[in-house]
Parts: sequence; structure tokens; C-alpha cells
Amino acid sequence: MTDKERFVPDEGMAPASTSVPGAGALEELHNPARSQWLDVWDQFKSHRGALMGGALFLFIILGVYLGPFFWDLEATQIDIRARNQGPSWAHPFGTDQLGRDMLARMMAGGATSVSVGLTAMLLALFLGSFIGVMAGFFKKLDGPLMRLTDLFLALPLLPLLLVMMLLFREPLNAAFGPEQGIFILIVISIGVTSWMPTARIVRGDVLALKEREFVMAARSIGTTNSGLITRHILPNVLSPIMVSATLGIATAIITESSLSFLGLGFPPDFPTWGRLLFDATDYLQQHPERVFWPGMAISLTVLSVNYLGDGLRDALDPRIRGR
Amino acid sequence: MLTFTIRRLILAVPTLLFISLVIFLLLELAPGDPMAQVPLTVPPEVKEKMREALGLGQPMHIRFWKWLVQFFWIEPQVLIDHYLGTSFSAGDLRVISWQTRSPVMDIVVQRIPQTLWVVGTAYVVAILIALPIGIYSAYRQYSWFDQMGTFVSMVGFSVPPFFSGVLVIVIFSVQLGWFPSIYDTTHVVDSWDAFVYQLKQMIMPVMVLALQITAQLSRFMRASMLDNLNQDYVRTARAKGLSEYVVVMVHVLRNSMIPVVTVIALGIPSIFGGAIITEQVFKVNGIGQLLIGAIQANDLPMVQTLTFIFAVLIVLFNLIADVLYGILDPRIRYD
Repeated sequence: MTDKERFVPDEGMAPASTSVPGAGALEELHNPARSQWLDVWDQFKSHRGALMGGALFLFIILGVYLGPFFWDLEATQIDIRARNQGPSWAHPFGTDQLGRDMLARMMAGGATSVSVGLTAMLLALFLGSFIGVMAGFFKKLDGPLMRLTDLFLALPLLPLLLVMMLLFREPLNAAFGPEQGIFILIVISIGVTSWMPTARIVRGDVLALKEREFVMAARSIGTTNSGLITRHILPNVLSPIMVSATLGIATAIITESSLSFLGLGFPPDFPTWGRLLFDATDYLQQHPERVFWPGMAISLTVLSVNYLGDGLRDALDPRIRGR
Repeated sequence: MLTFTIRRLILAVPTLLFISLVIFLLLELAPGDPMAQVPLTVPPEVKEKMREALGLGQPMHIRFWKWLVQFFWIEPQVLIDHYLGTSFSAGDLRVISWQTRSPVMDIVVQRIPQTLWVVGTAYVVAILIALPIGIYSAYRQYSWFDQMGTFVSMVGFSVPPFFSGVLVIVIFSVQLGWFPSIYDTTHVVDSWDAFVYQLKQMIMPVMVLALQITAQLSRFMRASMLDNLNQDYVRTARAKGLSEYVVVMVHVLRNSMIPVVTVIALGIPSIFGGAIITEQVFKVNGIGQLLIGAIQANDLPMVQTLTFIFAVLIVLFNLIADVLYGILDPRIRYD
């Protein structure tokens, strides 16, 4: 991109390569053809924090999912003789009050926490994009759906989540088993209470996109509404959706840990990072390092995801890209 | 402006009614029996009587109506009676907690000062820290101070209060022994030493809460200052020969404060929500801890009333933020 790009008004979120027909002529002589995603990657690379955040997040994901294959000790295996040990080669993170290996527990807990984060984010993203696209695309639905969004934003979320945990735990446990049931409950309640920001952003972008020429052209050749949405609208609102996806993972992980920390999340023998932190606070004076590991894991994950989102936002915005 | 405010106020009524209905239905439709804890040896007739004593005998819509009347009609009367010594509410049934058998609002009134003290101080401290950081980061954009500010606010976003709280307890009260780890709400400030103790026990919860708020507010302040620093009127002010201090601290700051003030107003209710965890960590017996206790004890009237109070706060401060925006920025008048 050259300086000319700055004079092209109102680019919106469309890919830069399609929206700057005039600027391309000179450049093509020098540069080989580039895809949009290559441009995005180039911009993303220049954001050092985002690159490090992405690498760290990847490392954490690989660690919690693949780690158990390389680490033989079970998270639930009790070795009462080796309880309350400090870090050693046999137990790099030490052991807890029942002699369970902290590294194995951290990996098992991380797998749960990250899974909850990812699944809840996907659910919230699906709900948010669906409602946002519907509200932006169909004028009749706009009013009711946005009122609904406002209502959800006015709900006190953490208290409501706690109430939902209290009330729906038993029947879901009975139906799906204690671990599966609480997993479903937590994912659904976090997803249902965190789609609103995505819906608002997506709606705003869809409203702007709907008036653009390429949508009108597509409509004029008889594209159906569903075709318009899937082929033309959705690809163009992908970037705000991706940014809110990263932020969604962060909030979902923090919410799940808060619930576990308040004692209303997963059952006690089922480790998650929040639960490990909660259990460790009882031994705060004797073994403060046990609080440190899960807390650090939560914070680092959220920090890396936030940096990742920051970099993605810059990389996906064609107005900033290339400057 | 006045018509807008009145219209928003009127619009807030159905919103609040709807929210109260949602909360009521959530509690109502949830499977689970408040009598589940009663021993099996208690005969069914007695159980039925107990159910009625808890007010569970009637159909759903009547109970919802009764709760609305109790909350919006009888409780204000109790408040008036309390202050004026009248007796409007004599003999009326109030919202009763199942745990303590005393009116819910009495307990809430007992707990609110603790929450307000801790949360309110944290908010003020956070504003006092965040605004200068935001202003200076924007003025020296991409300087090392700005980079540091970005990093610290990212950390503030990312470290959840249940970790930062526990961490400061480990460092400052377990290792160093400077501050008490438990907030003593019965402590009475009557001498200088007592005041120092009060200060000491407030520092940790206030700082933990303030870190989060500072992170958000300083980012907003920075972004808002950056928007304004490149405006034409700033160039004009400099061209007039005004000193740099006047340009930044008077011209730019006043315009940048408009969105920030609304963000501050919008953040107040969420602070009550976030304070639930901080209160739990430091054992402050405010309304957050009251809610957790009520949830664990299955005390539905208490849970319902508290959740609704949180909802009222959110709706109220949304409204205040909207009105403030119109008042502060003459370009945005809603009528």
C-alpha cells in the first residue's frame, strides 16, 4: 500500500486489495500478486507483542492438550507419602496436600479451562454474529433484536451466572454426569451472557456493508438473501468477529475461573485453574507457590490472548495496514 | 434535554420490570425444591404448611405481583417511616429472608456501607491514578512511559482479582506482615491509631480493585486524548501563543473528558459486580458476600432482591451516563 490509500475515503472493513482499484496499477509492476491474508500476516508480524502473545497462547494450548502424553503422572493419582513437596525433578511444580503432582493437575486443569474458554467463545460468537447479522440485514428485526441486546446488557451478569450455577447444577449433573453436566452448564451460561458486544459490532458493520455497491450488484443479479449473507456479508465482517473471538476467550476463561474460585464451578476433585487456585488459598501460609502456578497460568493465558487480539485488530484493519 | 431525560426515565420502567420478571422466572422455573433439605420424616401436611409459611403456596403470577408490591411499594414506605417517624408501613408484610427471618432490606442496609467504603475509595483512587497516566501517555505517544502504561494496563486487564488479591495477601500480609489479610468491618475509628489501622486494612482491597479500574480508564483517557490532540482547534490554540500547559490541560483535556466521564459512570455498577470476588478474597462482609452466602444457603428472596438491586444500579447508571453525555457535549442534544 502507498500513501494513496489514505485518500481513498471510507474503506470500511472490506479487503484493501479490492477497494483500491486505482492504486494498484503502479504497484503491480513492482510487487507480485499478494493475497489479503499475506498482507494481514505481514502487518501482524510487525506487532511484536501480538507475535509473542500468539506464540505463548499456542504454547499453552499445546502444553495443556499434548502435555499429558509426555508426562506419565495422573492428575488424580494420590501418593500420600509424597504430599506437600516443593519443586523437584520428580515433581517440577511440587505436590499438593494429597500428594498429587501439581504439573499434571495444572495440565488437566488447563485443558478444562481452555476448553471452556474456547467452547463458550464459539457459542457466544455464533449467537452474537447471528443476532448481529439478522439485526443489521433485516430492518424489521433490527428494533426488537437491539432492544433484546440492551436488555441483556442491563442484566447483572456475575450474580445471574452464580444463580444459574446454583439452580441448574443438580438436574444437569443427573442427566450428563457431574463433570459433563457442569461443563455444559458453564459453557452455555457464559455463552448466553457474553454475545452482546459481538452482536453490536457486527450489526454496525453489516448496516454499513448493506449499502455498498458490491452488495447491490449481487442483489441486482438475483442473489438470494441467504446467498448474500453467506457469500458477501459474512466474509466482510470476519475481522471484527475474529477480534471479538480473542477477547471472548479471555473473558470466558476469567469467568470460569471466578466461578470455580467462588466454589460454584466444577466439582472439587475435578481440577481447573480456578479450582486449583481456590484449593490452594487454604494452604496460603505454608505453600504460597501453589497459588502462584494456577494464577500465573490464568493471567498469562489471558494476557497472551489480549495481545493477540490487539495485534489482530491492527492487522485486519486495512486503514492501518502497511503504514 | 429534559424531555429526553423524562423519556429515558419512563423507558427504564418496562426495562426494570422485564429484568425483574427474568430474575423471578429464572428462580421459579429452575428445578430444585426449597424443601429438599427438610428431613424425610417430616409428614407431607407439615411440609405443605412450611411451604405456605415461606409464601410458596400461591400461583406464580400472584407471587410475582406480591414481590413487586413489596419491593416497590412497601419498602419505600418503610424507608419513609424510618426517616420521618411515620407509620405507613405498619402491619405490611415485607420481603423476608429465609435464612434469618428478618426483612431482606434491613440486612442489605447493614451491609451496604462496607461495600460503598471499599468500592467507593477504590474508584476514587483509580480515577486519580488513571487520568494523569492517560493524559501523559497520549501526550508522549509511543514513548517508554506510554509503552509501560500499555503493558501495565494489559496486565491489569489480564490478572483476575482473585489472583491479584491472593498475591498481595501472600506478599504483604504473609511474608512482610505489613497489612492484615482480613478486612475487619466491626472496627471503629475513634483514635489516630484506629484510623491508621483502618487505613492499613483498606489498602489491599482498594488497590486490587483500583488496578482493574485504572487499567480500563487510563486506556480510555489515552484514546480520547489522542483523538483530540490532532484536532484543528488545538493547532489554533497553539498558534494563538497559549502555553503548552493551557493547551493540553484546558483545551484538550476538557474535550477529552466527555467520553471518559460517561465511561466512569457506566463502570460504577460493574464495580459492584466485580467487587463480589474482591469482597470474598478479603472477607469484607458487603453485599457481594451477602449474595454469595444467600446463594449457598438457597435463600431465594434474598438472591432475587440483591440481583434486582444490581440490575437497578446498572439501568440507573446507564441513564446517568446518557444524560451526562448530552449535558457535557452541546453537540449531542437528543431532542
